[in-house]
Amino acid sequence: MSANNCCCCGGADPRDQKLQEIIKKYKDTRGALIPVLHEAQEVYGYLPIEVQKKISEELNVPLSEIYGVVTFYTQFSLNPKGKYKISVCMGTACYVKGSGQILDKFKEKLGLEVGECSEDGMFSLEACRCIGACGLAPVITINDDVYGRLVPDDVEGIIKKYKE
Amino acid sequence: MEMVNITIDTRKIQVPKNFTILEAAKFANIDIPTLCYLKDINEIGACRMCVVEIKGARSLQAACVYPVSEGLEIFTQSPAVREARKVTLELILSNHDKKCLTCVRSKNCELQSLAEELNIKDIRFEGETHKLPLDDFSPSIERDPNKCILCRRCVSMCKNVQTVSVIDTNERGFKTIVSSAFNKSLNEVPCTMCGQCINVCPVGALREKDDTDKVWDALANPDLHVVVQTAPAVRVALGEEFGMPIGSRVTSNMISALSRLGFDKVFDTDTAADLTIMEEGTEVINRIKNGGKLPVITSCSPGWIKFCEHYYPEFLDNLSSCKSPHEMFGAVLKSYYAEKEGIDPSKVYVVSIMPCTAKKFEAARPELAATGYPDVDAVLTTRELARMIKEAGIDFKNLPERQFDDPMGEASGAGVIFGATGGVMEAALRTVAEVLSGQSIENVEYEQVRGVEGIKEASIQVGDLTLKAAVAHGLGNARKLLDRIKAGEADYHFVEIMACPGGCVNGGGQPIQPSKVRSWTDLRTERAKAIYEEDRDLPIRKSHENPKVKALYEEYLGEPGGHKSHELLHTHYEKRENYPIK
Repeated sequence: MSANNCCCCGGADPRDQKLQEIIKKYKDTRGALIPVLHEAQEVYGYLPIEVQKKISEELNVPLSEIYGVVTFYTQFSLNPKGKYKISVCMGTACYVKGSGQILDKFKEKLGLEVGECSEDGMFSLEACRCIGACGLAPVITINDDVYGRLVPDDVEGIIKKYKE
Repeated sequence: MEMVNITIDTRKIQVPKNFTILEAAKFANIDIPTLCYLKDINEIGACRMCVVEIKGARSLQAACVYPVSEGLEIFTQSPAVREARKVTLELILSNHDKKCLTCVRSKNCELQSLAEELNIKDIRFEGETHKLPLDDFSPSIERDPNKCILCRRCVSMCKNVQTVSVIDTNERGFKTIVSSAFNKSLNEVPCTMCGQCINVCPVGALREKDDTDKVWDALANPDLHVVVQTAPAVRVALGEEFGMPIGSRVTSNMISALSRLGFDKVFDTDTAADLTIMEEGTEVINRIKNGGKLPVITSCSPGWIKFCEHYYPEFLDNLSSCKSPHEMFGAVLKSYYAEKEGIDPSKVYVVSIMPCTAKKFEAARPELAATGYPDVDAVLTTRELARMIKEAGIDFKNLPERQFDDPMGEASGAGVIFGATGGVMEAALRTVAEVLSGQSIENVEYEQVRGVEGIKEASIQVGDLTLKAAVAHGLGNARKLLDRIKAGEADYHFVEIMACPGGCVNGGGQPIQPSKVRSWTDLRTERAKAIYEEDRDLPIRKSHENPKVKALYEEYLGEPGGHKSHELLHTHYEKRENYPIK
């Protein structure tokens, strides 16, 4: 885990203060778990055990239940996100147009599995649900950039663009 | 009670308004298959096995959660219902590890029974199957996700009844799995090892860590003197494993069977329960007299102890320092008994037959080794003992009369009732009341602390002291009681807590009864009845009158609470961190 991904376990991380404020805001609200997780993920970029444990202790919700919620919704992540977040659309249209091969190519070129982040913190890879750009299928997004009508051979060039 | 008229399969019946269709059908002796349903514990309509057709309804409905209403017309066996149940079951089976021949639950599996009942001849669906790793790191409980059918009974038990919440449903869709947070092993999460999850699992996805091989090896080793002790709750449940009715008393058959298995001596943990009462009773009296930490909380239930260490460390000083009875017995067997018989303690191998899975964890605690050797070498559950008896080809129902062996084979009725909720309290009261009042007390039955009510309270006049006592069973009830004490809403001198609902008779190592039985028969009450009968039949019913225990103090230990007792019979506890981060 790179230095900027360290969290509430070690010393004075300014993010821990923010987490404390989020928890304080929702402490007496019933059903506040999901908004707390959302805001915590905005602060840390993901929801590691240290963060979930803190939320569990403060909100008095069992960790097993929090983990169940985090793993149920694809929006929540257990892994850090890269500087460039690659999302390959696996909606029906993209899927039939070969987004599976596009995803495989990214896996191969970056040496990552879905949900993982590269060691240098540059790239993270995700498979996402329909993003509503079916006319461009198969489509991917990298942060706010959209790439459509892709073939596997396009992948290397795209990665190169972000490495520069 | 307001009644409603309904029709089930053309039969007109009247049932209470608050019934579900499933309860109404049960009332009319109509069998609706269920799988995830467990009365009062898991009523969530998840598995869809209990679907029925309702006149006027658009789709099939789950009988376990559908309330009856006036004029309801229900069909439990229409072609649509039969086909839906079959498809559902075949889909469940298509992703189930079907190694029934070698499954610990074979012939006692609710999924297997359903497949038979619904006449499943072929599984029409072939698809992806899970191949997930087995979690066998806990000394007490094994979890096999490939057998899990996601019924969530274990989750409800762990979360709602025991309030331990170390397992939940994670991920979604096909990847859904019942597991601990971050897929940790049960050994790495604050699990109390109570094993109640095993007792409610319809299949073999949850089971105890099997230690029978370890015991067979010890029995085959000529250098070892292998002794066995049996907890009180085992003798009122073991018969169920051999098809006998719930609540059968099989003490004599059990002793004979153990002897035939080759144990050198068969002892009774109840003797040590009497010893526990001498020590714990003394502790209670001393703390009351000398202004010590009150309430004293019992320490016989290792699931409760681990719960306290994880979730209520502020009560650790309230716990009695007494080891649990079988651990005391182990320590006595490797010291007093070994000396008396002239056997090297290293050659004494102690096996405990317990209704409990947490005892396996307890036996492995490094501090429980008074003689330098573990007090107890192996713990088997009631179920494991039954498996050994079957494996040895012993005809359990036809065995000669036999009694426990000397010199540690006699126990009082007080020792026997340890197996039911309120039993440790009652046993202690029988002794404490006499010691404190200095009088012999005739009526030894303390009804206030018996029964299955979650939290029981009693005030007992003992000489000039009004002794305030409370009893909780099931960890959810323990939590409620402790919170009340913490908030200053209640104060007691003496509190009994047992981890399992109903106490040891319903322990996590006891015979498993399917939902079909346990939803409609209170196992806790039936087995406890047998325990109290056993007590009533014994000539001695007070621990301090047990001649074996008296002799033990005279010949070896000295006084209850004395130096030697502390060395052998007492222990300490530690705060345990939940989810330590390495």
